Amino acid sequence: MNDKIYRADLSKMKAWIEDIPENWKSLGGRGLTSAVVASEVEPLCHPLGKNNKIVFAPGLLSGTTAANTGRLSAGAKSPLTKGIKESNSGGTSAQLFARAGIKALIIEGLPENKDEFYGIRIKKDSIEIEKTNLWGKGNFETIEALSKGNEKRGVISIGVAGEMKMAAANISVKDPQGKIRSLGRGGLGAVMGSKHIKYVVVEPSENDQVHIEDPEKFKEAARKFAKALMAHPVSGEGLPTYGTNILTNVLHEAGGLPTRNFSSGNFEGHDKISGETMHDLIEERGGKVRHGCHAGCVIQCSQVYNDKDGNYLTSGFEYETIWATGANCGISDLDSLAYADNLMDDIGIDTIETGAAVAVAMEAGVLEFGDSKGFVKIVEQDIKNGTPLGRIIGAGAEVTGKVFGVTRVPVVKGQALPAYDPRAVKGIGITYATSPMGADHTAGYSVTSNILSVGGFIDPLKKEGQIELSRNLQIATASLDTAGLCIFTAFAILDNPQAMEAIVDMLNAKSGSSITGDDVMSLGASVLKMEREFNKRAGFNEKDDRLPEFFSLEKCPPHNVIWDFTDEEIDSFWNF
Amino acid sequence: MKIRVKLFAQFRKNRFKEKEMEVSEDTSVSDILKLLEIDEKEAGIIFVNGRHFENKPVLENGDQVSIFPVVGGG
Repeated sequence: MNDKIYRADLSKMKAWIEDIPENWKSLGGRGLTSAVVASEVEPLCHPLGKNNKIVFAPGLLSGTTAANTGRLSAGAKSPLTKGIKESNSGGTSAQLFARAGIKALIIEGLPENKDEFYGIRIKKDSIEIEKTNLWGKGNFETIEALSKGNEKRGVISIGVAGEMKMAAANISVKDPQGKIRSLGRGGLGAVMGSKHIKYVVVEPSENDQVHIEDPEKFKEAARKFAKALMAHPVSGEGLPTYGTNILTNVLHEAGGLPTRNFSSGNFEGHDKISGETMHDLIEERGGKVRHGCHAGCVIQCSQVYNDKDGNYLTSGFEYETIWATGANCGISDLDSLAYADNLMDDIGIDTIETGAAVAVAMEAGVLEFGDSKGFVKIVEQDIKNGTPLGRIIGAGAEVTGKVFGVTRVPVVKGQALPAYDPRAVKGIGITYATSPMGADHTAGYSVTSNILSVGGFIDPLKKEGQIELSRNLQIATASLDTAGLCIFTAFAILDNPQAMEAIVDMLNAKSGSSITGDDVMSLGASVLKMEREFNKRAGFNEKDDRLPEFFSLEKCPPHNVIWDFTDEEIDSFWNF
Repeated sequence: MKIRVKLFAQFRKNRFKEKEMEVSEDTSVSDILKLLEIDEKEAGIIFVNGRHFENKPVLENGDQVSIFPVVGGG
């Protein structure tokens, strides 16, 4: 219970450890990063200036033996959306933070010396700012260099995109295999880059462990939770076998797979980039079908993808990436997408934003839809070297649309829409419109009830029930993100009340509290409202909760549907 | 009448990926599942012409049926 806040101030070039304010003690993950940003960051500050801060926090259950609790949240004012941002990922750092008693790491200020670059090294009871010569290196080389001598060291780093302060730059988190998971969205890598921070290293210690108030009760609840995850057909079988990319065929069949910059809901090349094809290729080429992003994951939705000669090409090759760079760009060459995915990991740029921005450039005629070589060239030469075109794409889809005079620009609050067309999957459209994060599918994954028939069925082409669905999911997700739980635990939670009971029991057993399921939900609701309040102070209003005009004007084939929610209907989302 | 059936994920094993089938009038989606020996509980998502089958349980000539097990992602 002696968790502390670790803080580094680059303006003063000092780092120290402090006690946790009382009102942050019951928070973790997204709840904590958003609370820190809301209370310490001036909402009108420049995201790349000295008044922005970047916060890392493990979830409330991270570092324990409970399954799928190893998520790390990062938060800041986003250079992409100019609103509050939380992004979370797997990897090994959340567990190392939690076990070392690091409740949160806050990095603030800007260094005076423009020619020096730094890293932050933390372990239990210690935090130091150190100079580094790794600036300019890719993420893989950075992680390898920092892991020398102790493979178990945690590494959080940026690639050259973050160094160049591109608004689509992400932050990489080392995974158990020394590869990369990403704090993907909202340009958080640029915030790190603006502070000249190349990396954060977490030194593990064998003696570190999370304090559990009632170990027996915790063990029992954790067992119940893991059982619920394994018993659900999605987390127990579907995700482990086919991974997230099973959705390519699902969304194509449903007519909601955004194709060629959101001009259709069907992609004729769907089969070539589908989860089924990918699964067969992985087996044939000796890759790995099942792979976890953090120790303690029982779902194992990720995979290792090899090239045709059996050599490693990429891992963590997810549906969203395959969609953004595949169907959305009209590209059906899976090997080429895998090659680009690995490059984007190394450069440290969000695959969703990059794919969406390139698709907008394709719309403008900068390159042709379907030009896989052109896509790779943009990543490998333009983004990596910071050419003018690379800088434009790296600034995201909205900037790309503005530069090239494109009207079909799929963004909300400056952030590109992910892999579900909101005209044909209306529930996710409400999430895109209302989430304080900008267009973000993970904020309230209405695809569950709209398409997958998990947690009940709500017709994706009709408006009825969508607002309530998105609201309930966004509140629940804010709670899961605060607990440090993987979003895919939601499938079991939606269908099996025992899963939620187990989470409440684990939280209580860990801290000796006596909260209820309702308390967990009101925590989520308060996090959402806190985030919205920050955005209001940053200049946002309800007009920012809108989808781009073209969704109401252009019909999405094959169902030929438009986005038809009224402003009043969308605004009623916030009635809670 | 003729319908087209598309199978996905593990349902393809020992069956097929896509097939045109000759069936009698008034055939329902449930009849197709029985014919293919797929347990209704295991069929997580069924589309008829891209719409969830709940909207159209009985088939017509030329319909396309897509059958997935219980899957998810995101």
